Parts: sequence; structure tokens; C-alpha cells
Amino acid sequence: MATQKQIVERDSVVVKFAGDSGDGMQLTGTLFSDTAALAGNDIATFPDYPAEIRAPHNTIAGVSGFQVHIGKETRIIGDQCDILVAMNPASLLANLKWVKSGGVILVDGDAFDDPALKKACCTTNPLEDGSLSSYRVVSPPITTMAKETASALGMDTKSAARTKNMFCLGIIYYIFNFELEAPFKLLDKRFAKKLDLALVNKQVMQKGFDFAETMEIFQTTYQISTVNLPKGKYRNITGNIATAWGLLAAAEKSGHNLFLGSYPITPATDILCELARYKSLSAKVFQAEDEIAGICSAIGASYAGAMACTTTSGPGLSLKAEALGLAVIMELPLVVVDVQRGGPSTGLPTKSEQSDLNIALYGRNGEAPCIVIAASSPGDCFYQAFNAAKLAMESMTPCIVLTDGYIGQGSELFKIPRMSDMPAINPPVVKANDPDYHPYARDPETLARKWAIPGTEGLRHRIGGLEKTDVFGNVSTDPINHEKMVYYRKEKVNRLADKLPEQEVFGHPEGDLLVVSWGGTRGQVCVATKEVRESGKKVAHAHFTNIMPLPKNTAEIFSKYKKILVCELNNGQFANYLRTQHPQFKYLQYNKVQGLPFTVQELVNQINNVL
Amino acid sequence: MIERTTEKLTKQDFASDQMVKWCPGCGDHAILSAIENVFPQIGYKKEKFCVVSGIGCSSRLPYYLNTYGMHGIHGRANAIATGVRLFNRNLSVWIATGDGDSLAIGGNHFIHIIRRNLDVNILLFNNEIYGLTKGQYSPTSPMGKVTKSSPQGTIEHPFTPGELVLGAQGTFFARVIDTHPKFITEVLLEAAKHDGTSVVEMLQNCVIFNEGAHKYLTDKDNREDRQLILRQGQPMVFGKNNDKGIRLGQNGLEVVSLGDDNVTLDDILIHDMTRQDPGIHLMLAKMKPPHFPIALGVIRSADAATYDQLMDDVIATHIQSCPIHSVDDLLNSGDTWEI
Ligand SMILES: Cc1ncc(C[n+]2csc(CCOP(=O)(O)OP(=O)(O)O)c2C)c(N)n1
Ligand code: SF4
Ligand SMILES: [Mg+2]
Repeated sequence: MATQKQIVERDSVVVKFAGDSGDGMQLTGTLFSDTAALAGNDIATFPDYPAEIRAPHNTIAGVSGFQVHIGKETRIIGDQCDILVAMNPASLLANLKWVKSGGVILVDGDAFDDPALKKACCTTNPLEDGSLSSYRVVSPPITTMAKETASALGMDTKSAARTKNMFCLGIIYYIFNFELEAPFKLLDKRFAKKLDLALVNKQVMQKGFDFAETMEIFQTTYQISTVNLPKGKYRNITGNIATAWGLLAAAEKSGHNLFLGSYPITPATDILCELARYKSLSAKVFQAEDEIAGICSAIGASYAGAMACTTTSGPGLSLKAEALGLAVIMELPLVVVDVQRGGPSTGLPTKSEQSDLNIALYGRNGEAPCIVIAASSPGDCFYQAFNAAKLAMESMTPCIVLTDGYIGQGSELFKIPRMSDMPAINPPVVKANDPDYHPYARDPETLARKWAIPGTEGLRHRIGGLEKTDVFGNVSTDPINHEKMVYYRKEKVNRLADKLPEQEVFGHPEGDLLVVSWGGTRGQVCVATKEVRESGKKVAHAHFTNIMPLPKNTAEIFSKYKKILVCELNNGQFANYLRTQHPQFKYLQYNKVQGLPFTVQELVNQINNVL
Repeated sequence: MIERTTEKLTKQDFASDQMVKWCPGCGDHAILSAIENVFPQIGYKKEKFCVVSGIGCSSRLPYYLNTYGMHGIHGRANAIATGVRLFNRNLSVWIATGDGDSLAIGGNHFIHIIRRNLDVNILLFNNEIYGLTKGQYSPTSPMGKVTKSSPQGTIEHPFTPGELVLGAQGTFFARVIDTHPKFITEVLLEAAKHDGTSVVEMLQNCVIFNEGAHKYLTDKDNREDRQLILRQGQPMVFGKNNDKGIRLGQNGLEVVSLGDDNVTLDDILIHDMTRQDPGIHLMLAKMKPPHFPIALGVIRSADAATYDQLMDDVIATHIQSCPIHSVDDLLNSGDTWEI
């Protein structure tokens, strides 16, 4: 009867699900991304939820979203979406600016009644006033249809109405030509204890799919290219979970059980909760009374022989400063994870920023160097958490790992490593009754002191926050000794550069411009520089993971380019640090401090401007 | 289980080679000596002791004991010790802390370690002053006390540490005084035996900045009338002639004289440190001059689950019930797919 439906091939597509906090958008988005991954797509996801737990119903403050990027290669979550699913007027208004011109907007037509429009502060109905003319808008009565289906299966009216997200998902699966078999299995798994619920959800999803098919509401559907990744076993992982697992991996590899002392704080709490789930791996997880107790308990555990860590976000890192100095002077291994958020103070708890670099580098009294590294994507959090533990344990120095809310809560496809392929971790533990043991005797090469674990025979000793004599570790205020110990603590960190991998550059090994980034912005900067390079310009990208110390070849790389542009989500903290480390170069800056990630477009514009 | 020693240990085994730098006459010397006496009596191997402290004169203690030890930062001894004990259950953990260290800057950690009932021993050196910073008032300085930072007298209501401990659901609280080292040894042995957080308030004289803070108790002529030495199962009798006692009256505790108004030994409270209800323990801890003697000895030692044991139990149960026993298991759990 009607026109033949057209299937368009696309390399990648960005879909955003948005609704009221209670509409189940996180579940909907997760189901969609998992299905896409099962269908062979690369994925990246990002949840975007309000600071309030349940803001007033139907208001803009209460909009909760989940963005999914699926395709051949999805290093980033995507600047703008191709498809927006909006469950009410507020979520449509809050997200409209992120929809590509010509993009598809699927809304629940039932949700655009006068009270809901008023709550979203609409004077006219956007579905009727022509304001959406540059998009392809579809607004079927989703609630009505979902309710009918679910009620027919015996569900009460209120619960039945709540299945509307599954109806939407059915429609979306149709758009992508996905089979429903995979999501059905996922639902069965999720509702394993409530199979009747799984059944209703599946039926409603099927109805949505059938509706889209029979009503032919979309002339065009998509076929997404499958991923280009190396062969292997994959899973979807968020940065926070990857961080937790990386710490567990380091504990297993080093043979020192994990101890976590932590206090809940957005957006780092997930790491604490995730680690609390794996007591079967002998992880001791202690929810402390505050951040200070979090780090202090970890320091105590580290002294006692643990692979000790504390996890937090900016305000918590501020509280930990004094204790971190104690770990520095006692030369104990410790991992501090800071999932950065917008600051200062409470700032923007649910938004992301890179503004804790200064406190990580300098935020302690005295000369108190820590190792500082930064993860660059959700999956990379696993490796950086592992590396942090390895560096800290082998050099007997605290290591701060910077991640951020964006990569911490975002997810990507993660190639599952084998533990046997992970590097060994060999902390300098002293054997019982070693006659040569002295608390501050050092390895001549690494300058690490030895780890004498309480309870071991023949190694009784005292350490503490007062300056100690070289080798013997007795309390001392001797001026020359102090200067020497200050030197050792810094030199120990500097010498790690000899062991770290050299800094890599993507793109031309020399040229007009080197774009520099660090931490969670790798995806966007990488895509942007590639785009500029493809337009024929001599641009390269250096993304830094190791910050303190910097890779040894940093200056050599910088010298190969006419200009250096440092892009970061703060006022220039890394650029200023580079100025102190390699002052011979001129650093141009591109900074954004809006609690939002870079968009590829703004990076491309900026790069073209400075070229 | 903490490994026991087969060797006969002596005081010398626990004396460190460091010069003790407290002021001559400071009460801390007597306390140190009592601790050196107690450790060999406890019976653990000498490398199984770990002493953790904060900052203050009293917090120098770990340097003077030949054990594993850590001199931490101000106020955080209890938090640091929590990590030591939770991670290694085979250590006997002792915390040295001052009235400033645990009741001011570290108040939060103090109440929470007690609430959790972690199996550690807290030695709370109470000199009612900040010694190390040279004489400012502390949370236990009496109202009106003139110090360097309160030249017109303090305007703060002091804490009674025992009240705070019991308010935080403490399972063990004892009080001793630095002039009575044998008794300290006796009480510390009880503290070591107790499973859970044992808090021992050590009334300590700071000869330099708060000389005589506890003189009400130590005064030679009157001390028997001013101290009530508590002993388990014994009537609460005190006084030069053992003629005074503590009775539970309608309005709480009262001091009575044996023989007066037909008061007999049967009217006197019998001390039971093990009772679960802390009501009488609290009244005993709060007794103050001029109407009451000050209670010394173990005021409370009640059974309750310890945090460390509960954590071990949770881990053991989870190892049984959770199928994930290695990081490879973890990495491959849940939804995965081959590409
Ligand atoms: C963070 C911090 N604040 C303040 C100090 C200074 N300070 C050191 S000890 C102390 C008070 C000590 O009093 P107390 O705990 O009663 O111990 P005492 O010296 O009386 O034994 C203070 C305020 C410090 N070391 N660290
Ligand atoms: S200042 Fe007071 S508490 Fe400190 S050592 Fe001297 S006498 Fe003892
Ligand atoms: Mg004091």
C-alpha cells in the first residue's frame, strides 16, 4: 500500500532519552545501549540527571536524560543528537538545543496537556505552534497505547501507564531495525525475580515496535555500521565501575588485599558502592564518618600492609589534604581517586570539570609531591586505577588519579583484559628479621623506602608526620637532613618518569599545531583534531595521562610544533603547570568552565582559529 | 587471633631507645611506665602491638615504646587506628590521644570508633589543657578556667569524657589517675581483655600549664574521701575509714554514711560493670565534687558485637555465597559479548 520504507546506512547515531526523573530514562537508555552493543555496535553513554532526587513532576528541574552514541567507533558521547525521545514538554524544552537540525523527535503526545505545558512554562504547545518545524516530529499517544496493552495483561492502571518507556523503546528499535530478541533477554534477566513484570514490559515493547511498523510513521529507518574494534570479548562499563575493578585488579596482582576508606560524594559514590559488592574478593570497604576518616583509615591500612585507597570528589579532596601530606612524609603507598566535578565548594555536583588539577598537584602544606595521573575514558579508568596502585606501591608514594563526572558516569565498550596479561606489581616488602632493615633506608635506584608490615617479626619501628632522619627514621629537625628528605621525596617521583611510557602523538610528528589535552577530554579532542587534519592541516594531538611526573619526551615533542594549544575544562591549570615544567614553550589556551564537556564543533573552530 | 608469645617478656622488651622528652614531673612518665609494665603481661608476641597516636604531648607515646607505631596528625589517631585494626586483625591496637586530640579536633572520629565498637584500646590522656601548644583551654577545662587563650576564664561547658563515651554507646569505659601506676596497670589489663572499644581516661597532670588540675583527687589528706575505687562485684564503699557508700536513691545516686539512719552495707550499690543498661554507669561516670567522690576503675565493660568481627563475618559469608572469586570472574560477569 504505502511507500516502500527506506533503509539508510549510518556510521553512527546519537539518541537521547529524556523524561521526568521517575520515567525510567536511565533504564531505557541502558537497555538501548546494551542492545546496540549486542547487535555489534560500538557504544558510549552518558546519564544526565538532575541534582534533586525528585524535583517537582513535569518541571525542567526534574528532567532526567540518558544519551547513547552507537556506531562503528564512538569515542565520544556526541555533541548533538540525531534522535530525541522526550516523555513530556519539560524534557523536550530542556533538550531541544542539543537536537541536530532535521533530527527526529519522538514525544508522548499524551503528555502535552495544558497542566504539563504550564509546568514546563510553555505559553503555547510546541507541537502546534510551529517551533519544531525544522525537525521531524512524531507524537503518537504513547501513554494511552502502553496503558491499554499493559492493562489488558492485568496490570493496575498506574503501573500500566509507567510502561510507556518500553513502548518508546519498541519504536526506537524499529527505527534501527533491531530484533527484539536481545532486549527481551535483557528484560528477562533484569526482572528475573518478577517474570510477570518482564512479560508485560516485553509485550508493550513489541506493541511499540508493531505500531511503528504498521503505521509507517517513519519513512526512513537506519542500519548502523557495526564496530571496527579488535576481536575479543567486550562489555559495557562506566568509568566509576572500571575504577573500582582496576583497584581490585591491582590488589589481586600485588597480593595485598584492598582496603577502601571512603565517604559518599557525587559523582564518586558509585566506586564505594561497587567495591562494597565484592567482599568475596576479600576487599575491606569502610564507609567512614567523613572524608578525613576515609583517608586516615586508608593510611592506617596501608601501614598495616593493604593496597589502600580512598575515593572522593573535589570537596572531599580538600578535606583530605592534611592527611595526604602525612602519607607523603611517611612514604606509604596510597591511591586517592578524585572524580572531579564543578567547583569551588559544592559547586556543580552533577556536572563535570577538570578544575582539581591544581589541588592534586599543589594542595598540601609543605613540599609534598604526589604522583598524579588522569584517566581519559570510562574504560581507561580501569587501567589508570591499576597503574596508580602499581606506581604507589612500588615507589611507596601516594598517587592521585583524576577522573571526572563525565567519564565516571559515562560508559563505553570495554575489551575485557585477562589478569594474566596485566603487569606484575612488586612492592618493596621487607622479610621478617631482616638485619639491615631501617625505616628510611632507600632503594638506590627508585629511592623507595621499604614496607615493613606490622606483625612481622624483627621489624618493629615507628613512623609519623614529624620529619625523620635519613635511613634511621628518628625524629629530627636537623636542617640539612630536612632538605635531603625533601629532595628524596620529590626525586622519587621524578625518577618514575624513567619507567613511564613515552608520550604519544596522534597525527603528524611535526607541524603547525600540537593540540594538548589531559584526562576525560581525550575523545572530543581526538575527534576534533582528526577532523581538522582531514581538512589538510598539519595538526597533531598529544593527550596526557601521566601528569606528575610528565613523560620524559614531553619537551622533545613540544619542540616539533610551531604552536601549542592546551585545551582543558578549567581556567588553564594544566597550561600553567606546563609553563612551570617546560617554560621554553609558549602555550595557547582553550578553556571552558561550564560544567559541560567540549563539543567537537567548538574544538574544531578553536583549532582553526589559532592555525 | 593475635598470636601469643612463648617467650617471657619484660618491661625492657617494650622500652624504645629514644630519649623521652616530656617535662620532668609530667604525668605522662608514670603512664608510659605503666604501659611498659602491662604489655608483657598481656601475653601477645611483641611484634603484635601497634600504637597509633595523634598530635599533642601525649601523642608522642609511640616513639617511646618499642612496638610498631605511628605518630599521626592532630585528631586523627582513632581514624588511622581504624584502618590498622580493620586491615590486620592480628594486631593489638592501642591509641594514645589527648583531650584536645580526641574531644576537640578529632571528636567525630572518637564518637564513631566507639559507636562501631572496634576492638581497640584508647588511652585518653586528660590533662584538661592543650599541653603541646603551651596552655590553651581544652574541651575538658572546667568552666571559668583561666588559661592563655581564656585570660578572663572560659565560658564553655566542659565535656565529661565518660558521658561522651557512654552517649556514643561505649562498651568499655574506665578512669585512672597518673599518681596510681599500679592501678593503671590493673585497669589496662582489663581494657586489653575487653572485646570492643576500650576507653581509658587517664587523668594526667601537666606540671607546666595546668599544675594541680586533678588535685581534688590527689590531695594526700583527703583523697580517700574523694575517690571511689570501683571493683567488680564489690559494694561501692569509700572513705578514710571505709565508712561511706553510694546508694541509689529516688533522685539518682547519693552518698551515705554507713551507720547513719540505719544505713547498712546492704543499702550500698554493688558494682556491676557488665550490665547492658548503661544508666548506673553513666551516673558513676558523672559523679563530681563537691558532693560526690570521683569514680576510678572500670566503670563499664559490657558485651557487644565488634565491628571488626562483624566485618570478617560478612566477608566470610559473602565468599560462600558470591560466585565471584577472582578479578577474571568479575571482569567476565554479567553481560559480555564477542566481537
Ligand atoms: C591541624 C592541626 N591543628 C592544630 C595543631 C596544633 N596542636 C598541636 S597539639 C594541640 C593540642 C594538644 O592538646 P591535647 O590533645 O590535649 O594533647 P596534650 O598536649 O595536652 O597531651 C594543638 C592544638 C596541629 N598540630 N594540627
Ligand atoms: S607541657 Fe605539660 S603535658 Fe606536655 S610534657 Fe610538659 S608537663 Fe607534660
Ligand atoms: Mg591535653
